[in-house]
Amino acid sequence: MRKKGGITLSEKDVILQVKNLKQYFNVGKPNEVKAVDDVSFDIYRGETLGLVGESGCGKSTTGRTIIRLYNATGGEVIFNGQNVHDKKSTTDLKQFNRKMQMIFQDPYASLNPRMKVVDIIAEGIDIHGLAKSAQARKDRVYQLLETVGLNKEHANRYPHEFSGGQRQRIGIARALAVEPDFIIADEPISALDVSIQAQVVNLMKELQEEKGLTYLFIAHDLSMVKYISDRIGVMYFGKLVELAPANELYENPLHPYTKSLLSAIPLPDPDYERNRKRIKYDPSVHKGTNTEFREVKPGHFVSCTEEEFKEIKAKQ
Amino acid sequence: MLMNKQETILKVNDLNISFHTFAGEVKAIRGVNFELKKGETLAIVGESGSGKSVTSKSIMGLLPKSNSEVKKGEILFQGKNLTKLSDKQMQKIRGKDIAMVFQDPMTSLNPTMTIGKQIIEPILKHQNASKEEAKKRALELLSLVGIPKPEQRFKQYPHQFSGGMRQRVVVAIALACNPKILIADEPTTALDVTIQAQILELMKDLQKKIETSIIFITHDLGVVANVADRVAVMYGGQIVEIGTVDEIFYNPKHPYTWGLLSSMPSLDAKEEKLFAIPGTPPDLLNPPKGDPFAARNQFAMKIDFEQQPPLYQVSETHFAATWLLHPNAPKVEPPESIKQRMRQFNAQKGGDHIE
Repeated sequence: MRKKGGITLSEKDVILQVKNLKQYFNVGKPNEVKAVDDVSFDIYRGETLGLVGESGCGKSTTGRTIIRLYNATGGEVIFNGQNVHDKKSTTDLKQFNRKMQMIFQDPYASLNPRMKVVDIIAEGIDIHGLAKSAQARKDRVYQLLETVGLNKEHANRYPHEFSGGQRQRIGIARALAVEPDFIIADEPISALDVSIQAQVVNLMKELQEEKGLTYLFIAHDLSMVKYISDRIGVMYFGKLVELAPANELYENPLHPYTKSLLSAIPLPDPDYERNRKRIKYDPSVHKGTNTEFREVKPGHFVSCTEEEFKEIKAKQ
Repeated sequence: MLMNKQETILKVNDLNISFHTFAGEVKAIRGVNFELKKGETLAIVGESGSGKSVTSKSIMGLLPKSNSEVKKGEILFQGKNLTKLSDKQMQKIRGKDIAMVFQDPMTSLNPTMTIGKQIIEPILKHQNASKEEAKKRALELLSLVGIPKPEQRFKQYPHQFSGGMRQRVVVAIALACNPKILIADEPTTALDVTIQAQILELMKDLQKKIETSIIFITHDLGVVANVADRVAVMYGGQIVEIGTVDEIFYNPKHPYTWGLLSSMPSLDAKEEKLFAIPGTPPDLLNPPKGDPFAARNQFAMKIDFEQQPPLYQVSETHFAATWLLHPNAPKVEPPESIKQRMRQFNAQKGGDHIE
């Protein structure tokens, strides 16, 4: 396994455990939505877990429930050994917020247009009292700006003076300001141009190596997800249907929905495109009942019925 | 592909467009030339601000009169220069001969009108059809774009449709009068990959059936590889490279095209670091004097900062504007992933020739 930030992944130090997480909206009403329905997975310290699926499949809701932007309908999220959704005192909650941060999709909407960059980045520093003096605060912001590839002249400007890629860098600096262990990145690059996407992804990878960060990377761009992730989970209608190491998922997809999703990605290769056959997903292909999330190979989980499980096992 | 023998349907000559803003004159399009042949799909790729959408809007006559200005050049369609037409004359062409599919199906439909009424509108306006005929045609169109139960759907409002279904309706409206040119401005960017694949298949199918020419604007190179016959790469308000889809993907000559192609991770790749083009696109308020890409170009030479490169001819169909193609230019090594693509191109040429 590849080494990251001095931590070997095979040590399998679990940083976040999601157990039977449920997030329903409009509970008890006719328009009840099961946005996240019984999802379980682990995230290991130092790795990147990619979460993919179509819009409306519940991937963003999963991220938001993990960081407690929503109160879960059911299930548990255990972060560093503690249940996130327990009743917590303000101090505990503050401690938790410091260790888990989020980077948002839209760099235009996620920065307060009336605040200077220095105050946006230092907001977390102020709340947690991480800077002893005004000078220390300023130095820390300058240092963060440099870490994300901006410079200190940028500190006194407002968000509208920056391009999309630069704003996303500011968003990353803000997340890093409180020295988190775990960052949830919700479609961090989908609003950026192709050439800028590569810059931001490279930056996120460098930071991960330097600081030993753990990422939950939510996206619908599958080629970028494969590039950045160690493991990938595929969601469909609120359920996790497949979870496997990145290469394994692409080389050996087992769930029919994963196959259809992979076959739909257009690649920058005209020859491949001329011969591409798209596979359509038909939920009625599943045989039998009793669908469960089962481990078919070490580390490769698929949601399947008992019959299908036997079939997959027989093929191996 | 015997593109050259086909008739040219649209010709853009030395187009220059500027916007007047408080900050000054933004030179959004600076000398764009291209031709569109009958029945082909021309993809225009580039980053935001490269001028791809402005080009398409100028063809449709949709640029705001208040602050935009065609400085120079012409857009020739059926012997008429579209840049000189009045609003009235343009209305006769727009939606009939040239139609457009917009990026966001959530906002390009009128939420207060049934979709049936919105499809009938161009038919009544341009084809002197009676209401019954128009309705019949609209129902045909709805089933043509693959919307089930057209009679029922005809009476529904946009909010009752999903994103993919709405984009099908937008395509149906665009095709209502069998346009000669269909301009699709990022038609699938707002959609999921599976829905995107459906819409792209639909557009290709329809193109075969009604022989429309398509100008496809996108920043997604995967989509380009899927739909395009020819590709134009835009940067800083200019076309920096244009050629057939194979030439652009397997034998690119411009360093910007190299950068674009290598900044996308490939699915089978094991690369440790993505190639990222450093810096940001040029400010078109004060466009750089030489090659607009020079400041971000690792292969830039002195002349790149002083003089704009001419469009060099690589093959009958392939042109690129870079000083690297000058006979006296030093030989440079393109990035590894590009060399891999070139090897594939040469292997193809060596074997059976392309289609």
